[in-house]
Amino acid sequence: MAASTDTTAAAPSSTLRHASGNILAFFILLLIGVLAFSIRLFSVIKYESVIHEFDPYFNYRVTQFLTKSGVYDFWNWFDDRTWYPLGRVIGGTVYPGLTLTAGTMWKVLQMLNIPLSVETVCVFTAPVFSAFAAWATYLLTKEVKGVGAGLTAAVLLAMVPSYISRSVAGSYDNEAVAIFALIFTFYLYIKTLNTGSLFYATLNSMAYFYMVCSWGGYTFIINLIPMHVLLCIVTGRYSPRLYIAYAPLVVLGTLMAALVPVVGFNAVMTSEHFASFLVFIIIHVVALAYYIKGILSPKMFKVAVTLVVSVGLVVCCAVVAVLIAVVASSPTKGWSGRSLSLLDPTYASKYIPIIASVSEHQPPTWPSYFMDINILAFLVPAGIIACFSPLSDASSFVILYIVMSAYFSGVMVRLMLVFAPAACIMSGIALSEAFDVFTRSIKFYAFQAVDTVSVSTVSPQNNVVETDKKEDVLKERPSRKNKKKEKETVEKPLKKSEKEKRPLILPVEASAIALFLTVLLGAFYVVHSVWAAAEAYSAPSIVLTSHTRDGLHVFDDFREAYAWLSHNTHVDDKVASWWDYGYQTTAMANRTVIVDNNTWNNTHIATVGTAMSSPEKAAWEIFNSLDVKYVLVVFGGLVGYSSDDINKFLWMVRIGGGVFPHIKEPDYLRDGQYRIDSQATPTMLNSLMYKLSYFRFVETDGGKGYDRVRGTEIGKKHFKLTHFEEVFTTHHWMVRIYKLKPQRNRIRGKTKKSRSKMSSTKTRTITKKNPWH
Amino acid sequence: MRGLFTKIHICLTSQSSKSQHCSVPIQTSRTLKMAKISIATVFIALISLLLTLTHSFSTENPTDRRILVLLDDLALKSSHSIFFNSLQSRGFELDFKLSDDPKIALQRYGQYLYDGLILFSPTTERFGGSLDVAAVLDFVDSGKDLIVAADASASDLIRSIAAECGVDFDEDPSAVVIDHGSYAVSGTEGDHTLIAADDFIKSDVLLGSTKIEAPVLFKGIGHSLNPANSLVLKVLSASPSAYSANPKSKLSTPPSLSGSSISLVSVVQARNNARAVFSGSLDLFSNKFFKSPVQKAGSSNKYAKSGNEQFVTELSKWVFHERGHLKAVNVKHHRVGETDEPAIYRINDDLEYSVEIYEWSGSSWEPYVANDVQVQFYMMSPYVLKTMSTDKKGLYHASFKVPDVYGVFQFKVEYQRLGYTSLSLAKQIPVRPFRHNEYERFIPTAFPYYGASFSTMAAFFIFSFVYLYSK
Repeated sequence: MAASTDTTAAAPSSTLRHASGNILAFFILLLIGVLAFSIRLFSVIKYESVIHEFDPYFNYRVTQFLTKSGVYDFWNWFDDRTWYPLGRVIGGTVYPGLTLTAGTMWKVLQMLNIPLSVETVCVFTAPVFSAFAAWATYLLTKEVKGVGAGLTAAVLLAMVPSYISRSVAGSYDNEAVAIFALIFTFYLYIKTLNTGSLFYATLNSMAYFYMVCSWGGYTFIINLIPMHVLLCIVTGRYSPRLYIAYAPLVVLGTLMAALVPVVGFNAVMTSEHFASFLVFIIIHVVALAYYIKGILSPKMFKVAVTLVVSVGLVVCCAVVAVLIAVVASSPTKGWSGRSLSLLDPTYASKYIPIIASVSEHQPPTWPSYFMDINILAFLVPAGIIACFSPLSDASSFVILYIVMSAYFSGVMVRLMLVFAPAACIMSGIALSEAFDVFTRSIKFYAFQAVDTVSVSTVSPQNNVVETDKKEDVLKERPSRKNKKKEKETVEKPLKKSEKEKRPLILPVEASAIALFLTVLLGAFYVVHSVWAAAEAYSAPSIVLTSHTRDGLHVFDDFREAYAWLSHNTHVDDKVASWWDYGYQTTAMANRTVIVDNNTWNNTHIATVGTAMSSPEKAAWEIFNSLDVKYVLVVFGGLVGYSSDDINKFLWMVRIGGGVFPHIKEPDYLRDGQYRIDSQATPTMLNSLMYKLSYFRFVETDGGKGYDRVRGTEIGKKHFKLTHFEEVFTTHHWMVRIYKLKPQRNRIRGKTKKSRSKMSSTKTRTITKKNPWH
Repeated sequence: MRGLFTKIHICLTSQSSKSQHCSVPIQTSRTLKMAKISIATVFIALISLLLTLTHSFSTENPTDRRILVLLDDLALKSSHSIFFNSLQSRGFELDFKLSDDPKIALQRYGQYLYDGLILFSPTTERFGGSLDVAAVLDFVDSGKDLIVAADASASDLIRSIAAECGVDFDEDPSAVVIDHGSYAVSGTEGDHTLIAADDFIKSDVLLGSTKIEAPVLFKGIGHSLNPANSLVLKVLSASPSAYSANPKSKLSTPPSLSGSSISLVSVVQARNNARAVFSGSLDLFSNKFFKSPVQKAGSSNKYAKSGNEQFVTELSKWVFHERGHLKAVNVKHHRVGETDEPAIYRINDDLEYSVEIYEWSGSSWEPYVANDVQVQFYMMSPYVLKTMSTDKKGLYHASFKVPDVYGVFQFKVEYQRLGYTSLSLAKQIPVRPFRHNEYERFIPTAFPYYGASFSTMAAFFIFSFVYLYSK
């Protein structure tokens, strides 16, 4: 805040103050970096230095492979331990940015003789990059509204809970580096737009390349920037700077994006990228029009316009018709399912259960906005207003950014992450403007009190002149050829509006109180963010804790189960589970899995879903055909862990039923209600998932079988498994592992000698070893 | 040294049980080969030699050695002596016990004392000692062999053992097989319960290569098999005119079993290759039937000796693994032109697969010769299915191209032939796509594009040059 007042009020002894301001800003930025890094360390302090959740385990495994085998083997890695028996070409289906970044960091550290383990580097990648993201935010906001706003925005971003949720230490996921890449790409775009420098344009396309390497969210950039370009053209803000900012990005960016194996030809083939090419054509047409306008007389120009427009319309119609024909020929209209669900929020839930089933693809609830961006939600509108006075190319971009990302965040909770930086930038601008006004008015009255000479008329004007000058300096760099023209077109209305507007001076009392309240608001934000970082978002989710009267309980069942698998099963055994646990099983237990969190093959997942929703015998046959040896289910009924497989079961039914129509969702619902108590349907009670989850469950509470998650007694309490046998259940029953029984050695005849058979089965059950007693 | 011990341990465990996966013998031989290099060769050789001697029943020597015979009555020992003597002359150690002997025990300290069990005790309701239905079935499930002879008035015990193996004796306790069409002509014109059956299964493995000319005399109860059960086989079926009923009472309802669906003698080969014979007649094995002349009703052929001896002897050879026992060893695969086994194949690689299959002749492993052994290259479904060619010395060989699909494949040999032990070999091998630098650098179809890009580059260069330096 000090800096913001510093720079705006620096009038007379400017050079010295500038210098001290710069140094101050530098140290503030350094501290912001430290803040961004250290606020994300709660998870390490409270739990341990460990990789979190699901996807990070895959990234960690890939990074390990990279550090062991090198880049080329990574690129060509065919992984035969996932998606058995299909396998997965990891090198061609993974965004390599994160892995390469962490691998490079590890390599550099090794070369400096700092022997950190790969895991440590992976754990701390996200916090390091959130510091970078804060600095990138500073740069971007500085380009839009000056240093003060930049610093404020950087502070806000350093601790915005939404971003913390994806970048705490251990959360080693693509978003960790992608958010930095996103902001930095936007910064370079704005920088190019402001300077018109080809150097920055090139840097911009390289930053875009890094973003493409890192995250599928790069399509946001390649759609947002064309939209902004189009906006500028439509509002008559076309300039050569705009051309320089855009054209190299499309050409170089697309070329480089096609180099990333996972994107490849998608960079020119899918609808996500069409907008950029369309705008690329438009900007050339516009550039040509401006050029012709420059060399022709107005009259001739009119003739030319009518000629071009009529010809152009015909050509355009033809092109559009071809485009529509091409697009319409593909069933999804050339869009990927995830993108379609962005355009039509109900698309996924209607057609693609596998996308709808992922929790981070659900639309967010209102409280989650308050949780994730807190006071920023109130500051954003103020920031948007501030951006309109005056409206520049840069500020129009951030306005567009926030509008688009606000929409997307409303569709998919995961995209809150894209919204958060925009909200920070806007709030930074709003806060900075507010401080600007308040401190200015306080200062104004303070000066007035000291010096009764009419400073009032001088000081504000001074101020205006100063800012104008700054803006002139800022805008004066563009290529010398178009300097004049551009000044006429862009600067004049700007200046006029500035001069017309008198700086706002508020009463001193009001501004003092407002200043106090604003600081208080900021304090609330800090408190909330620290709380969110410490309590809400730092749990690694593979280790769970709960506080009860008796103290802290730690549930380390997941690692217990994976350790059991890795020690007690053969290295080539296949483990089937719902896809959520695929990455963890391969990374922690080193066992082959059937499906995992990279949900690329819907049929394969549907097969597993069908097996889980089938009766035992059918399930056994499905699993046996996939060479599965063990089945792993997650069960929370004993300890009240709510995200267990029974709660995910309806998705298995839906996804399975989507491919294998004999699985019907209504069979599992009683009057449209999902229940596992005595009212549950027979199909439900006979499904494999029910049986594997509740096998021997009544033994835990003396015959009642009370499920703490669903809050009911279970429907079917005493039953035996015919085709599966329990081999391991963790301490809190959260993970249960079953083995497929081998095929019967003999096929029994039809004669039922009840007496003799009873006796034989009885002796068998007694002699069978029970590993839990 | 410690590693060596564990290796020896592997040897012991793998040899002590008849394994159904064929990977174990390979492993054994490999570990042995490795051990040979080391200093302890002599010890290991000694140990394994001792092992094969004491543990006669093993993968290397699948024929049974020690057989427990449970009898109703010790008189059977003499009345069925020809059968027992033929077994003893072939080297089996028979241990005769009364079925209610309290000292009967199949295993001691977790090890089975016998390799085979003959139950000639159709009327026993309870075995003595620790033996019961479950123990007999566990015996079979651990790969041991079984001969069960029932008779009219067979006990529930025998019936339930049979039922557990898929053989359903007629539930009516008083019913026997009656055949007014193909009964054996004898001096006393009886009630046609002595049957001359000659409807044998056509299998050289089960019944030997010499054809059984004379009909087999049978007197006892019939049984039925579930047609869906692939593990049981009718070896001797009744004629179409046979039926199962009580000969003393008048037939009021149609008999539950009739015609050639009645099986007189059946064999079971369990999934672990344990073998069992179920006969509805104990007399089938008796000296009296062995020696008696036979003439089938309605047939003028009169044989001096019934086919029983040949039938029973050949069947016992099969059931005690003197015949029809296959093993597959030395599974090898490699790219054409190489010899080492790769850890991973690439799509469109040419590869060679070979396996050696031997049949146990009772005393040694002989090359198995057949022209229908197939190898599959399998990933959820067979992508390649090829009949392997053989060199008649046991080596089977096929070469084929890896399909243009990547994934985790398996070399599979599923060889199930009537009477033979089933071979199912599966070996997992991943197939990867091309590496980034294994594609062709330039492809002819793309030459227009190369031309376009290079001409654009040249044109741009010329344009820049002209634009910059033309003034």
